Amino acid sequence: MPEKTLLKHTDTPNSETMDFYLSQKGYEASRKALTSYEPAKLIDEVKGSGLRGRGGAGFSTGMKWSFVPKDIFPKYLVCNADESEPGTFKDRALIERYPHSVIEGIIIACWAVQINSAFIYIRGEFTLGAKKLQKAIDEAYQKGFLGKNIFGSKFNLDITVHRGAGAYICGEETGLLTSIEGYRGYPKIKPPFPAIQGLFAKPTVINNVETLANLPYILNNGAQWFKSMGTEKSPGPKIFCVSGHVNKPGLYELPLGTPCMEIINNYGGGVWKNRKLKAVIPGGSSAPVLTAAQAEKLNMDYEAVAAAGSMLGSGGLIVMDETVCMVNALYNLIRFYHHESCGQCTPCRYGTGWLDKILHRMEHGNGKQGDIELMLNICDNMRGKTICVLADAAAMPVQSFIKNFRDEFEYHIKEHKCTVTI
Amino acid sequence: MPKTFNAKTMEKFQALSQRYPTKDALLLPVLRLAEEEFNGIDDDAMELVAGLVGVPPAKVMSVFTFYTHYRRAGSGKYLLQVCSTLPCALRGSQEIFEHLKKKLGIDSEETTKDGKFTLKKVECLGSCGTSPVVQINEDYYENLTTEKLDEILNKLQ
Repeated sequence: MPEKTLLKHTDTPNSETMDFYLSQKGYEASRKALTSYEPAKLIDEVKGSGLRGRGGAGFSTGMKWSFVPKDIFPKYLVCNADESEPGTFKDRALIERYPHSVIEGIIIACWAVQINSAFIYIRGEFTLGAKKLQKAIDEAYQKGFLGKNIFGSKFNLDITVHRGAGAYICGEETGLLTSIEGYRGYPKIKPPFPAIQGLFAKPTVINNVETLANLPYILNNGAQWFKSMGTEKSPGPKIFCVSGHVNKPGLYELPLGTPCMEIINNYGGGVWKNRKLKAVIPGGSSAPVLTAAQAEKLNMDYEAVAAAGSMLGSGGLIVMDETVCMVNALYNLIRFYHHESCGQCTPCRYGTGWLDKILHRMEHGNGKQGDIELMLNICDNMRGKTICVLADAAAMPVQSFIKNFRDEFEYHIKEHKCTVTI
Repeated sequence: MPKTFNAKTMEKFQALSQRYPTKDALLLPVLRLAEEEFNGIDDDAMELVAGLVGVPPAKVMSVFTFYTHYRRAGSGKYLLQVCSTLPCALRGSQEIFEHLKKKLGIDSEETTKDGKFTLKKVECLGSCGTSPVVQINEDYYENLTTEKLDEILNKLQ
């Protein structure tokens, strides 16, 4: 296995403590940023590294920072630790096992964009993570790495841990902001983009946990080091979350561009129970499903996965073996999206409900002729027609499951049962 | 009966007030304080939160009902949240849920007569690499089998 960076210490005892982090050059990068980098130079450095957001969209982090107006105060940074995309569980490991790397990343980002107040929005279920983060933040205040005049400079920075409460939609950045502001987590129309008018209507940077955790290493080792890993357009290490039907599910930190089958076979221990691979969802549950044949040729970087018709997303690789009924799997996912639709936009509120209803009847042997076309029609009426992309996130699995496994849906309708008999 | 926070919770409330630029933003964190002190949120708790934050009780209820993870008043001593989304389902979460249903004699969103357990089928808990997973109150129990789960339940008093 290639040498790990982000997850190097997450299995080490006491890795979440300040003492341990300091023993690993902890807070040297943020000190260096504050003392020897002008903010503009720091943004250039991160742009130059090619770091792309690890939350799902894969947008250039440095570019995102440069959109923030310089003359409006206060500005905010929000660390998105909502980690709610099914199949994704990497941020939890960083938060629980190496929280200081995330805090240091926040300090670096805040210095680059000149922000004095940051919030970490952590999903409500992660009680342990919230406690560990708070403890790490308290330690950082005590050391003078947070609060007033950090590292003896004139720069002030406060970090507040804000707990969510079980709503997938709050992982969507504008829904997240609305949630911090004290409302139902309803997404907002963009523009204005958060960089211009975000939290409390002020310019706001929103970065994923893993994105921020990369920053100390980029500062310590340089942009060239970062670019030496991965592909030209997708550089750096990436945490892949492998779940489902493999022998060794878990987190694997590998360069972007690692072949999908290498992740499944060499790291994930292969498909379990000596079964054959049937399908993979490469980037969390919203990403279009791919067949085993497509997975054979797939490299796991943003461009290659997009070229194959899916998305690298958050790096959540869900593996399905030959015993999976694709109607049943899709029904499970759509039930999730129906439950999590915030209900603001009609196409999503009704669309996810109808898809759920149709798949429910199909799964229970009551599918009707025309149901496949009806589902595709509903998807057409959802995609691109809502405030946020939850509708698209629900429609993409439906469209791709039908495209790649249409015969199973037809069989369900005709024979009122599964093709899968194991 | 109108509720009040104890002195320790009030201290936490005061500290929170310093962290946010608007009063509305206090709503989610203060609901957590109420959940913690009263072990679940009911109408009286919502009214208390409304008074402290300075928003109408109807707004508190609107927000509270949007979020599924706050503990509802009347929940059992142990709240068992069984993840049921695809990555867990692929590794046997349905079996875990059925086992609990049978063992406790209750369905999702129900509480045992002795008030000890509340069962809840929930969506993704973000622990897909160690599925199936059940959250019992604050703690995650991972890589579960029905045998392991029985052992865990036996230890809960």
